[in-house]
Amino acid sequence: MAELRTEEMVLNMGPQHPSTHGVLRVELVVDGEVVVDAIPHIGYLHRCFEKHAEALNYQQIVPYCDRMDYLGSMNNDHAYVLGVEKLLNIQVPERVEYIRVIMAEFQRIASHLVSIGTYGLDIGAFTPFLFCFRDREMILDLFEMTCGARLLYNYMWPGGLSHDLPAGFVEKARAFIKHFRPAMKELNDLLSYNEIFVKRTANVGVLPADIAINYGASGPTLRGSGVKWDLRKCEPYSVYNKFDWDIVVGTGEMGTLGDCWDRYMVKVWEIEQSLRIIEQALDTLPEGDVQAAIPKRVRPPVGEVYVRSESPRGELAYYIVSDGSQKPYRVKGRAPSFSNLSLLPEISRGYLIADMIAIIGSVDITLGDVDR
Amino acid sequence: MGLLDKQFEDGNIVITSIDNLLNWARLSSLWQMQFGLACCAIEMMAASASHFDMMRFGVIPRATPRQSDVIIISGTVSMKMAIRIKKLYEQMAEPRYVISMGSCSNSGGPYWKYGYSVLKGVDRIIPVDVYVPGCPPRPDALLEGLMRLQEKIRKESRVKKNVEGLIQPAPKVEAV
Amino acid sequence: MNANEIHDRIKDRFPDGIVEFKIDATVDPFIVVRPELIRDIAVFLSSDPELKFDYLMSISGMDYNDGNLGVVYHISSMEKRHRITLKVKLPKTDAQVPSVESIWKTANWHERESFDLFGIVFQGHPDMRRILLPDDWEGNPLRKDYKAQEYYHGMKVPY
Ligand code: SF4
Repeated sequence: MAELRTEEMVLNMGPQHPSTHGVLRVELVVDGEVVVDAIPHIGYLHRCFEKHAEALNYQQIVPYCDRMDYLGSMNNDHAYVLGVEKLLNIQVPERVEYIRVIMAEFQRIASHLVSIGTYGLDIGAFTPFLFCFRDREMILDLFEMTCGARLLYNYMWPGGLSHDLPAGFVEKARAFIKHFRPAMKELNDLLSYNEIFVKRTANVGVLPADIAINYGASGPTLRGSGVKWDLRKCEPYSVYNKFDWDIVVGTGEMGTLGDCWDRYMVKVWEIEQSLRIIEQALDTLPEGDVQAAIPKRVRPPVGEVYVRSESPRGELAYYIVSDGSQKPYRVKGRAPSFSNLSLLPEISRGYLIADMIAIIGSVDITLGDVDR
Repeated sequence: MGLLDKQFEDGNIVITSIDNLLNWARLSSLWQMQFGLACCAIEMMAASASHFDMMRFGVIPRATPRQSDVIIISGTVSMKMAIRIKKLYEQMAEPRYVISMGSCSNSGGPYWKYGYSVLKGVDRIIPVDVYVPGCPPRPDALLEGLMRLQEKIRKESRVKKNVEGLIQPAPKVEAV
Repeated sequence: MNANEIHDRIKDRFPDGIVEFKIDATVDPFIVVRPELIRDIAVFLSSDPELKFDYLMSISGMDYNDGNLGVVYHISSMEKRHRITLKVKLPKTDAQVPSVESIWKTANWHERESFDLFGIVFQGHPDMRRILLPDDWEGNPLRKDYKAQEYYHGMKVPY
């Protein structure tokens, strides 16, 4: 029967599709149920970040960075302000960096929770979604008490922060961690090791490490393939080198190394590592002023920097070119989801249409990040 | 206010007008199109998750426009997407309602000036019933918007056409 | 390896390929190379056992506003833990540069993005289409002299 070749069909998936996580459109070429090729079409959420960056001054860009990857706003801001500070060559107080790390790690947990919850939802498990959002709300409460916003914060400014931590933050954060550790175990029992879930994700969408590197994959997508690469450790920025934590990588425990389950599980394990970082940062939080170094008018010297950082989705970098004026000459956001998504055809060929849902979900993209 | 006020003392007979009955049925089972655009969609997801529980208003997400009554435009509408939104809206069965959530779909939001590929307000392509301001609006604000829509539906009438300009003509966009 | 050593190693192999090398305090070190050689240099960078640049971080288009466009390549090596920035400059009237897609697949989408937003054509790219904007969009938005079109399919573009 091998030579029997049926006619191929083109199937359009998205931009309105419940499991493409936004406005992604994938053009599937299918032979029966088998995917022959998958061509992603993006740009349905192109919001001209780079044009805005050229038209606004350095401080005004921070809110637009928030909106790039709207699930990891704090991480976006963090990378951007580090870049501007490097251009300006200013040193921020240590307390600022500690608070930034705490916020960035909380944001990572919140982002992973959304990703885990919706992944379960895609595959047909509704309850984990509710569990994840319940716990995520607690993190959002922490953010809200700090800066008043739930989703897009404008919290980190070049040279400092918009507000210091409010009274009671540290206790509340500790209480959250205490509540959250058992909740993660519950989630694992409910979803991660669930027989049906494993059947749907293990051995599906296998991504070999060399292809991942060649396509510029990063973050959990890369680590799911067993590559020990995390910019927080490999090129430490901010104060990450002061904390003790591990890079988690996929192990191929349930199937093949680099399958959807591995990519998923790396996120679950990363949450624990983030909790460890937060705990240490809370314990050693230095005193000080968080607005001391904020310049009134930012006017960096002529130059350019490329700052890399690890966002929940992978390597997030800003290439900032200054011509000495108040506005940057050019800002390019190197978005992790953009590169991660480009390898979608590579990992979906030969699987079934139903597996596409599992594959797209496991790559974990934010369309705001892909299209900018 | 509701249907049951006009119930006879001890029978299970309710007298009401057709308008009241239909409006009551429509407003308490507003099926929403499962469709997210940008950051606001995350808040919309939060609104339908455990904390805010939008489903208690009868809002159930449906994956296809043909089964849904209300479309929540939750985020930035780019030019490329606008054409699709128009198409999706046209696929919905009447009566259909539109909630525009967030500054972006109200007016272009933060992208109104330099956003060359952003549509400055979704009301340029489809008629909008309720605008929810905010960037992003809190889930509570979205719920408020939803309740406003329910109030609006309660006042509708099938006999008197075009009450309070309820039925607006759709703005024109070239077909693609 | 630091930027100086990387530069020297490229210089050894391509004696006349380098236009400019800059290393000072406010900038990340970069090397400006001749555009027609970028592919060969990329092959060399990725295969040389001392350099092993296996990871293309990003490709950014540039408009220098002096009649030149540019492409900036940020590359790094995961194994050797070093990185370098390559630049090419192209005249606006004939903005063409060989594609590096066959060496680093990341380039596929990044080059399409530069094509879309700057109108730089990458020779030898398998699929040179717009990526972010619709296919029938006019102009290249990130060029400094860009003016948005008035209408797109009946929808007004400026506010
Ligand atoms: S209104 Fe604000 S939060 Fe909503 S989509 Fe627009 S930018 Fe995002």
